[in-house]
Amino acid sequence: MCSGRVDLEFIFRAFANGQDGVLIGGCKLNECNYVTHGNYDALGNTYICKNIMRRIGLNPERLGIEFMSGGDGNRLAEVVNNFTGKVKELGPIGKAEGIEKKTLKRDLDAVRTLIPYLRLVEREKLRAPARSERAYHEFFTSGAVQKLFDELIGGELTVSRIVSLLRTEPLSTGEISRMLGLDPSEVTKHMNRSSRKGLVAYDTESKRYSLARSGGRV
Amino acid sequence: MVEVGRHQNIEVLTYAEVKSVSGDVGDFTVTLVKKPRYIVEDRCTGCRTCVRYCPKASPDIFNQEIASGKAVHVYFSQAIPLVAYIDENCLNLKEGKCDICVGVCQNEAVDFRQTAEKMEINVGTIILSAGVAPFDPAAVEEYGYGTMQNVVTGVDFERLLSATGPYQGNILRASDKKHPRNIAWIQCVGSRRVTPGENSYCSGVCCTYTQKQVILAKEHDAEAKCTVFHNDIRAFGKDFERYYQRAERLPGVRFIRSYTSIAREVPESRNVVVRYATTDRGVQEEEFDMVVLSVGLSPPADARGLVETFGIELNSHGFSKARPENPMETTRPGIFVSGGLQGPIDIPESVFGAGAAGARCGEHLGYRRGKLSRERVYPPERDVAGQEPRIGVFVCHCGTNIGSVVNVPSTVEYARGLPNVVHAQEQLFSCANNAIKEITDLAEEKGLNRVVIAACSPRTLEPLFRDTLREAGLNQYFCEMANIREQCSWVHSKQKEEATRKAKDIIRMSVARAGHLEPLAEFDLPVNKTTLVVGGGIAGMTCALSIARQGYQVHLVEKTRELGGMARRIHATLEGMDVQAHVDDLIRSVYRNPLIHVSHEAAIKSVSGYVGNFTTILESGGGRKEIKHGASVIAIGAEVYRPAEYLYGENDRVVTHLELGEKIAAGDETVVNARSMAMIQCVGCRNEDRNYCSRVCCGHAIKNALKLKELNPSMAIYVLFRDMRTYGLKEDYYREAADKGVTFIQYEPDDKPEVEAAVNDAGAPCLRITVPDPILGCRIQLDADILSLAAAVVPSPHAGEIAGLFKVTLNPDGYFKEAHVKLRPVECAAEGVFLCGMAHYPKHIEETISQACGAAGRVLTLLSHDTVVASGSVCEVAEDDCVSCGACITACTYGAIEFCDTPAGAKARVNPILCKGDGLCCTKCPTRAIVLKHFTDDAILSQIDAAGTDEEIMREIDAGVGDA
Repeated sequence: MCSGRVDLEFIFRAFANGQDGVLIGGCKLNECNYVTHGNYDALGNTYICKNIMRRIGLNPERLGIEFMSGGDGNRLAEVVNNFTGKVKELGPIGKAEGIEKKTLKRDLDAVRTLIPYLRLVEREKLRAPARSERAYHEFFTSGAVQKLFDELIGGELTVSRIVSLLRTEPLSTGEISRMLGLDPSEVTKHMNRSSRKGLVAYDTESKRYSLARSGGRV
Repeated sequence: MVEVGRHQNIEVLTYAEVKSVSGDVGDFTVTLVKKPRYIVEDRCTGCRTCVRYCPKASPDIFNQEIASGKAVHVYFSQAIPLVAYIDENCLNLKEGKCDICVGVCQNEAVDFRQTAEKMEINVGTIILSAGVAPFDPAAVEEYGYGTMQNVVTGVDFERLLSATGPYQGNILRASDKKHPRNIAWIQCVGSRRVTPGENSYCSGVCCTYTQKQVILAKEHDAEAKCTVFHNDIRAFGKDFERYYQRAERLPGVRFIRSYTSIAREVPESRNVVVRYATTDRGVQEEEFDMVVLSVGLSPPADARGLVETFGIELNSHGFSKARPENPMETTRPGIFVSGGLQGPIDIPESVFGAGAAGARCGEHLGYRRGKLSRERVYPPERDVAGQEPRIGVFVCHCGTNIGSVVNVPSTVEYARGLPNVVHAQEQLFSCANNAIKEITDLAEEKGLNRVVIAACSPRTLEPLFRDTLREAGLNQYFCEMANIREQCSWVHSKQKEEATRKAKDIIRMSVARAGHLEPLAEFDLPVNKTTLVVGGGIAGMTCALSIARQGYQVHLVEKTRELGGMARRIHATLEGMDVQAHVDDLIRSVYRNPLIHVSHEAAIKSVSGYVGNFTTILESGGGRKEIKHGASVIAIGAEVYRPAEYLYGENDRVVTHLELGEKIAAGDETVVNARSMAMIQCVGCRNEDRNYCSRVCCGHAIKNALKLKELNPSMAIYVLFRDMRTYGLKEDYYREAADKGVTFIQYEPDDKPEVEAAVNDAGAPCLRITVPDPILGCRIQLDADILSLAAAVVPSPHAGEIAGLFKVTLNPDGYFKEAHVKLRPVECAAEGVFLCGMAHYPKHIEETISQACGAAGRVLTLLSHDTVVASGSVCEVAEDDCVSCGACITACTYGAIEFCDTPAGAKARVNPILCKGDGLCCTKCPTRAIVLKHFTDDAILSQIDAAGTDEEIMREIDAGVGDA
């Protein structure tokens, strides 16, 4: 099994379980013993995860990736010590960021329902042009890719979070915008689109949105 | 090593010496003496408890005696067999005083009554792999080794860099145990020197090992200043040129071409002063914190003893005397060599040379292949389908390795309370024979259907425990290892309570995962016993002959009308081998061998299938034929660069080295009677277009120069070079050429020689060459009657096409890529496809012969089995869930996934034989339709879920119940 097998689901599941940090270990870049070089895929996924973490208010430092060889025992110890030190400093997940446990769980659930979509986006739009650490860094931190993230993932994530929220009770636009810390106009935009898609239904009487009968499964 | 140690057909006799060899090829009797270890091998588990308690210090030989060891050692941490031995410094052996080790060994493995044991074994052939000895610089006073504390050898430095080294991977000075910040390497210590006690040849490996050490030293300490004092940089191996550039471009790294001597030690700081000279600044001195002597390779210390014991002859340097036509053979039939005893060679050459020696043995003994081999027989597998998981947990003390840190009984107690665990117990050494038996017995008695071994890393012993499950009639994939040693007790030796808690966490996660394990079948694929060899040059013919001589059918495919390849244009080698006679001999043998079928003017149209079962369509002589074969060998050779520089093609006095060789052989008078001859090296390579060294050209230049000097001693010969790369024993010929008056002038790539057509003093047309002379410090002009260019070796123009057909890859330079540059140099990453000769990288003829036989050896390893086994941990697609998006297909670098037409449309399907189980596809599939068996989402997620603390898990469960 290659570090490229580390799935977005594994990472978010760990955070959803309340783990305060996740560290991915892979072989040294460019030193694949096969022809896979899947550690670059793990690196790309890490950038994607961190971006999403930022969007739901989680400190992206809680996720780390390090590349080392079987002979780097000392480095592994150093890396793990540094990482655990850092995570301890950050404090417990959610609490340190000022996110309620319930909210965090709900948001991470929203992210996890989005994973199949994230995979498609990764495949179509988020492949760095060259396989080097630098190319990955430049690609994923570039303005163009940030914009792509906003366009392709930002909106979908918001909808997913709203759906997640509506699963517990019907809510008004105002309540949703408050709970997710979003601009009401943005919420209205998403709600209009979602009701057109038949994801949510608006109850004119209570002036609240609720999940459509389909259950809001994306 | 692990593979050798575990192989049922390899018996490893360590701590043994061969006393005599009698008999002949096919029937040798070898007498050997096994020295007493004072440790019973099958009881010792290598736990090192005895080492910890032993009171007597003794040199740690493996760590170059930098740090001290004990009188009882395990030679090094990965030793095979992992068994201790007691040396002559032991107090008990010396004075009969101490028996602490006897008391602390819980397996009763120490036995001071052991005596030397004489054995006789009967063998058909013998391979000598006595290795090399690093040159000992203490023999030459000027190096200061042994007198100055901060002068170390390259081998010492290697140990300093190592995590298992004397300072656990810290580079420290012997004098004050401080990190050296300013390190110098001195090249060619003990090599390329005619001073008494040193070797005249080039050791061939030191330039690159030094570069590696510089890179690693910079990784240890990014601020470190590194200086390498060198002669020629001999980066002639595959990818070595780039590696050199990488080292050289690091900040704070200097490569200085200079003769160097150690001037003195500074008494206060123990720093070492090095004296050197550069052309621009003359002689100067510089102080360093540490000096590394890049020592070369000498023949093994007891090489002379081999003459006596084995009856073989050595050459003047003390290496095995061999004919270039058969570099693996000694002077005594049936005895072969591999590795350093052949001469100073690097790892890839050692590896394929070893394969070649094996193939040569096979040629002698092929007729009785398999007569003595053993196979394991396992009981039939129990069907546990539909059963609830019944997990057995075995927690290993590993002597005191785990037990002294982790509270093993408490982890066992804890494991008993975990879901699905029906049995848990502790074991002193789970890997010991009695413990293995216990696991098999209990699996049956308690009806276990999953086994968790909480012990060490799966890396070494998982094969053993999987085997244990098979012995117990369980599918081997029901085995799960929880690593509570390397990842727990070893790293937390001072935090016993926390370590115990962590061990419980690890075991809990493994138990969770074990519940999701499924029985997997490994595939037995039949192996077609025929080989297809592509390319009829020396490489292809040598390989085909070796395979056929071991009794297997070969199809040899040649694209031209005749066999022989590039060698047809080479008449002699530097060492004097008659290449044409050898090629004729090969061609005759190929045609006469009834097992070899040659196709001329043949083109490969398609290749399908996989290891053991390829089908190739061939077009030859207007006909089309289909060949079914189990193995493929790519030996398509290389071409010579057609220079665009130095008036080549414009002036007929400009030739290539290859053409010059042909003209010399033909007795061309304008060449043989020329008054002056110039040669320019590195034409068309070691530049931006071709960033590699063609390896053979320096040898060719020297060969031609020596031949011309022999025919016409008065001829003035100038060789314009960047680095003379006459590595190994070829160095002697370089020296001979210099002694015979050949002039060598070094030039830099940014100030290349200039060539123009001119008229000389005598009024005859000539070539005027202007070149800067670094020693004289001015530009000099040479008039030469003939100019010969060291035209680069370039990959075959067909390489891309052949690579595509066989689904293998080329490196950035266009040569075929091996599975591992050092350890698997004749295999492609695609299983069942092998390579040899220049298709792999430029190389000399004797190296090609060795590699071709090496490829034959690897082919035989495949063909000698009736089946090949493919792993059960491969991917599989749930076709109902597949949305035909192709994400998995683009992710797979092995081409293991293809669309298949099904009634429900095109669906991805995995060919389990090609799948390597990396699981990259699983993270790309948007519908989770593709699953990596043994590492399924369920199994891994269960582990992640179990990673939470008990409290957290209980809370989660409660919350879950609440939701419902």
